[in-house]
Amino acid sequence: MSTQPRLVEVRQNVLKQNDLLARELRRRFQEAGVCVISLVSSPGSGKTAFLEKALTLLRPRCRVAALVGDLATENDAARLARSEAPVRQIVTGTICHLDAQMVERALEGWNLEDLDILFIENVGNLVCPSSYDLGEDLRLVLLSVTEGEDKPLKYPTIFNTADVALITKMDLAEAVEFDSAAADANIQAVRPGMQVFRVSSKTGAGMDELLGFLAARRVEAEKALAG
Amino acid sequence: MHELSIALSMVEMAAEEAARRGGVQVHAVHLRLGQLSGVVKDALLFSYELACEGTTLEGSRLVIEEIPVVVFCPACESERTLDSLQRFCCSVCGTPTSEVLRGKELEVFALELNG
Repeated sequence: MSTQPRLVEVRQNVLKQNDLLARELRRRFQEAGVCVISLVSSPGSGKTAFLEKALTLLRPRCRVAALVGDLATENDAARLARSEAPVRQIVTGTICHLDAQMVERALEGWNLEDLDILFIENVGNLVCPSSYDLGEDLRLVLLSVTEGEDKPLKYPTIFNTADVALITKMDLAEAVEFDSAAADANIQAVRPGMQVFRVSSKTGAGMDELLGFLAARRVEAEKALAG
Repeated sequence: MHELSIALSMVEMAAEEAARRGGVQVHAVHLRLGQLSGVVKDALLFSYELACEGTTLEGSRLVIEEIPVVVFCPACESERTLDSLQRFCCSVCGTPTSEVLRGKELEVFALELNG
């Protein structure tokens, strides 16, 4: 028996378990005809404020619900409950991101067929969530005007892995001298062709356009299911 | 900092593989790490040592091969290695592209085992 170490090829994806579970979740979401949208951003970019507005506006039109991740508190769920949409909090403890298993557990007892749109708000963090597939159809990355236009260049991975960008707090754009063209250029540099929406959750400006886009996605998903 | 949970998964994966092969000792874990994986090499190396403590992998090495981001340029119809993560475009003709072919890897591709 040789004592020389030998190299054995194993080729295993480290996140295989998460990816398999996310694939299974995606299949369940598709079968139930629910469009799942995840939100990622740094802390304080306005994910919860956006969600509060979106749930309130969408609720009369379709069946909408949300899962919200937070490190320690249940404040977000309490805030979102005011929209009267079903909301569940996922408290992650010290974990800086959501993973597919947390989503699966949080969904226990919910009948997905009763939903049209499900939002998943990730923990405020522009690094860690990028590695974890949650089974979502669409990943929305939020950037608020108070954060600086170069955020996409500082966090290219999360912007590149997202599908749509959302610039929030547009009501403050003028006050903070937000350079919209520079923000656009930076988003396009790290994710060419990315669709960008601009909203103010406070005034509601831009919400119709975005929600229209999301509703169209849902219709497309339903057609694909029927087809 | 999610590198610790990733390191723990790697150690678990390697320990299972070693157990399956009759409890052989793991000397090193070879990992392919894409630049667009969202995982930081130094943080992972640091976490790996912590994750190995008290396991059968204690004292083993983590060998990381960094994989650059390779995109497809629709104008040149060719694969191109990205010059910078801040500019997703063809390194030859400059055409912007979002079509990532490689660079998201987070894969244990080999183990160094004794015997």
